[in-house]
Amino acid sequence: MSQSNRISGGLIDRSQSLNFRFDGKIYQGHPGDTLASALLANGVRLMGRSFKYHRPRGPIASGSEEPNAIVELRGGARQEPNTRATTAELFEGLEAKSQNRWPSLAFDAMGINDRLSPFFAAGFYYKTFMWPKAFWEKAYEPIIRRAAGLGSLSKEVDPDIYDKGFLHCDLLIIGAGPAGLAAALTAGRAGVDVIMADEDFVMGGRLTAETFALGDDSGAAWAAATVAELASLPNVRLMPRTTVLGAFDHGIYGALERVSDHLAVPAAGKPRQTLWRIYTKRSLLCAGATERPIAFDNNDRPGIMLAGAMRAYANRWAATPDRKVAIFTNNDDGHRTAVDLLAKGVGVAAVIDTRPDAPRLADCELLTGAQVVDSMGRLGLRFLTVRLADGSSRTIEVGALGVSGGWNPNVQLTCHLRGRPEWDADLAAFVPGRDLPQGMSVAGAAKGAFSTAAALASGAEGAVAALADLGVKARAAKLPEAEDTPVNLAPFWYVKGAARAWIDQQNDVTVKDVKLAHQEGYRSVEHLKRYTTLGMATDQGKTANMGGLAVMAEMTGKSIPETGTTIFRPPYTPVPIAAFAGRSAGKDFRPTRLTPSHKWAAEQGAVFVEVGMWLRAQWFPRAGETHWRQSVDREVVATRKSVGICDVTTLGKIDVQGTDAAEFLNKVYANAFDKLAIGKVRYGLMLREDGMAMDDGTTARLAGDHFVMTTTTANAVGVYRHLEFCRQCLWPDMDVQLISTTEAWAQYSVAGPNARKLLQKIVDPAHGISNEAFPYMACGEVTVCGGLRARLFRISFSGELAYEIAVPTRYGDGLIRALVAAGEEFDAVVYGTEALGVMRIEKGHAAGNELNGTTSALNLGMGKMVSKKKDCIGNTLSERDGLNHDDALNLVGFRPVHRNESFAAGSHLINEGDKANASNDQGYLTSVAFSPNLGHTIGLGFLKNGAARLGEVMRAVNPVQNAEIKVEVVSAHFIDPEGERLRA
Amino acid sequence: MHSLKALTPLGRAETHVETIGTIHIAEVIDRALASVTCRQGREKAFHMAAKEHFGTDLPGPGKSTQGAVYSLFWTGPDQWFAEAPEASHEDIARIIKADLGDAASVTEQSGGWARFDLSGAGVVDMLERLSLAPSRQMRTGDARRTGIEHLGCFLICRATAKSFSVIGPRSSAGSLHHALAAAAASIA
Repeated sequence: MSQSNRISGGLIDRSQSLNFRFDGKIYQGHPGDTLASALLANGVRLMGRSFKYHRPRGPIASGSEEPNAIVELRGGARQEPNTRATTAELFEGLEAKSQNRWPSLAFDAMGINDRLSPFFAAGFYYKTFMWPKAFWEKAYEPIIRRAAGLGSLSKEVDPDIYDKGFLHCDLLIIGAGPAGLAAALTAGRAGVDVIMADEDFVMGGRLTAETFALGDDSGAAWAAATVAELASLPNVRLMPRTTVLGAFDHGIYGALERVSDHLAVPAAGKPRQTLWRIYTKRSLLCAGATERPIAFDNNDRPGIMLAGAMRAYANRWAATPDRKVAIFTNNDDGHRTAVDLLAKGVGVAAVIDTRPDAPRLADCELLTGAQVVDSMGRLGLRFLTVRLADGSSRTIEVGALGVSGGWNPNVQLTCHLRGRPEWDADLAAFVPGRDLPQGMSVAGAAKGAFSTAAALASGAEGAVAALADLGVKARAAKLPEAEDTPVNLAPFWYVKGAARAWIDQQNDVTVKDVKLAHQEGYRSVEHLKRYTTLGMATDQGKTANMGGLAVMAEMTGKSIPETGTTIFRPPYTPVPIAAFAGRSAGKDFRPTRLTPSHKWAAEQGAVFVEVGMWLRAQWFPRAGETHWRQSVDREVVATRKSVGICDVTTLGKIDVQGTDAAEFLNKVYANAFDKLAIGKVRYGLMLREDGMAMDDGTTARLAGDHFVMTTTTANAVGVYRHLEFCRQCLWPDMDVQLISTTEAWAQYSVAGPNARKLLQKIVDPAHGISNEAFPYMACGEVTVCGGLRARLFRISFSGELAYEIAVPTRYGDGLIRALVAAGEEFDAVVYGTEALGVMRIEKGHAAGNELNGTTSALNLGMGKMVSKKKDCIGNTLSERDGLNHDDALNLVGFRPVHRNESFAAGSHLINEGDKANASNDQGYLTSVAFSPNLGHTIGLGFLKNGAARLGEVMRAVNPVQNAEIKVEVVSAHFIDPEGERLRA
Repeated sequence: MHSLKALTPLGRAETHVETIGTIHIAEVIDRALASVTCRQGREKAFHMAAKEHFGTDLPGPGKSTQGAVYSLFWTGPDQWFAEAPEASHEDIARIIKADLGDAASVTEQSGGWARFDLSGAGVVDMLERLSLAPSRQMRTGDARRTGIEHLGCFLICRATAKSFSVIGPRSSAGSLHHALAAAAASIA
């Protein structure tokens, strides 16, 4: 189809043609077109079906406020639903589909909804789908969702990347219309850091859509020249295609830059969009104004649009919705559309002005005191019915109608922090209130300065004032002469009629729906909004809210300002969730921490497990092992038999120094540390303020004023934060310095009867590590492998003769290789976290499953560790009655009565003969493993008065898996209860 | 001389250097690092000894200084990180402690961190996609603690708008490097 409605002029590049496809049909447009302008130029007015009634709809606006021309853009994995055709920049190969219709846009079977509209009034769903209640989620909601007008998702992974970023400026100018440009010139020339963002791909705002002269230039030419000057200033950052979507605390703004949306596919490695957080010292809102419609019966036919949009399509995009149009207005600005379209050779049948005394401004028929009362045409406007001033009726044949009910300043961003706009009776519109976000001021049409001259002046003055506030003296830019027409308007909101007059076209809300809300008592604007869904669509009711308020005000007999507005919330226009995620998607959702032995472990084919952000080797399968238990059992048995090596770098390490370091540890640990000898390690238990166990670990004393504390892997950050709180807030006078060294040292456990022999091949001979020279719980600085400094700790988590050896991290890979090589003669194994877990359960060591936030030292069998000779965090509250009764839970061991049976962690303990319910609960199992050394399942758990119940037989009940077996209560120390091995 | 081979933070034998578009990203492995903290009540002795040892004044908040041997940056109240050549200061903590004595707490940090040096036209555009630090406004010697893709990092401006160092947790060097490379590709 040729571009039958393409007219002369415009800011499009006619030297190039772009092919695009809408609903399968190929059309041509030009660079500079939007999808909507190109479709209009091609004679296409029908672009979608409405949300609820499936009524045929076309664009009513030319910008981001569009409620109707909502399409699915692109195809395949890039298919994006609910995209505004009015903001989609045309590119070669663009593909769009109308949505919410079946089988086609012209014939939509769901159009039956429109015929059934009497049943679908506001509140229909609330009233109809109440019963039976269970049907809502399973039946009603899915059906309603299918029928409702939302686009479809590709259900494929988004192939694009999204960036997030952070910008800083002295002055953020939001909107690049006449006010924004004047402000940017003023601030830019003053040398301050300026960011000017505009949602459009061409800067200039209404200057690109109007025919006014600015000095000797057209508005568009002046805007282009100004943008060129600004682009040459190094202190000015121009951000077209960037929507400032929200105002947040402390002068921070969110903005979405559509980096590649005007391209078929983003360039390799380039983001589709970037979500910016902009830190501003001052901001100037120059967001312009949005025209509002006048509601009348059947005012939603394709071809009926805002007069300013019709003018913009003609002036900027050289497109008209039809060759013969009419105008319906209550103000002088509406007449401009008639003037401009006439100049472009478009026929204007009449200007219909609600004002009896409307001036004649265009060279066409003027019907004063008249109203459009109805429209006709199946898939687009064909006839208007006009009620003339004398009450008679007249039919006018036109294909398009421009409607102007006046303009609303775009106050949204002034209200994002709960500011309320104020009513300006002269403009019959809300203007920004006094309670603006910190650092924000407003200029141009956004604050009601509607003429071009006023907008330019207020922009320049706004910039001067904002900079003065920052202590920068700036001179307002010299501005060209421009039109300064006063606003001449008689408020008129809707034509009273018998049929449906649409207020919110995106959510299909009519004047009648608002009246129904009033009738049913939903009179507060917030109730009105929720009952009718007025303004709740993705356009946030930019063209709808005022109409709804006006109708409600009339119903309640209140004024519009008394009726008030709903709260404006970010985002100003929709933002893809992917943009909020940025790069934090898929495997990059969070960073990964790798241990020093990771490379070696990966070479061995280790199976890794996520432990917080760490990747730890879980086990190391060997050839022939087909089940994880085979690998784990082998690692456990080999370690207990000879020697095993494990990367324990992930345990938190905190360097504690200072003259008060020992006293500090005395206060944060339940047990005493001040007498710990230099060169010794001690196990420590840390309590929370409420007396419950917080974390445990060992702390080594390297010098009188120097300790190294270890924490569990999971609590490394939490413990460090806790210690900093203690140091900075509880005891600021103590001389203690803390710093994390978790990553600075690669640390390996070497455990098993041959651990010493292995280490003697690694630790340099100058450092004796015999049992006498380096006994259990010794620590010290040594050298390894011919002179590398290292730290050696004789501590054991497995219950075996064991050491932990640490070297500077960069040598961690070298050390694991050296340990493995040295261990060959002992058949040493490297074991993972599973074997580590099995061995600590065999030894009865508490870990995260037991230190689970609900257990006390007493529960853990460590009640005596809470020293009463000194004070510590949690000491007093650990004495609470509730934590110390005879029936308290104790950590004990369990084994199956029939050794071939197994049980699961989480099982609850019930006495024999009792019913398995909560009131008979005796405790629960926390950690369970198969012990290859004992040949059966073992478990740790908390049992009421457990320490006194060894030998009892209980039931381990697992209602989740409907399992129950008999277990025997035993000591938690399954292996070497006397601790002979670790002292060997 | 011991027999163990060192790996770089990115897990390689040699330092990794690459250019993406105009951005040069270099993994720096020849600097030793230590934290130096002034002990309570020892400020006078500490500062005298520190100036003597480091050959430069200790930088204030948000700043770094570059001396002949050491470069230092402020990391918290009464706390600094000191960098020195690995070749001469492999055991950096002991070397500093020997001079500063019990007026200071010194902790080795060489293995705790990975340093990437970034340079080239557009390096600020790249950093704007990574960190909320005002990299465009930062001048030579400015230093910030900042988050980069969830990682707590230090950002030091070595030359205004031209060259920066990012010092981040070593165990996540791969993730940090991935973030840097992705941002460089974004603006390439």
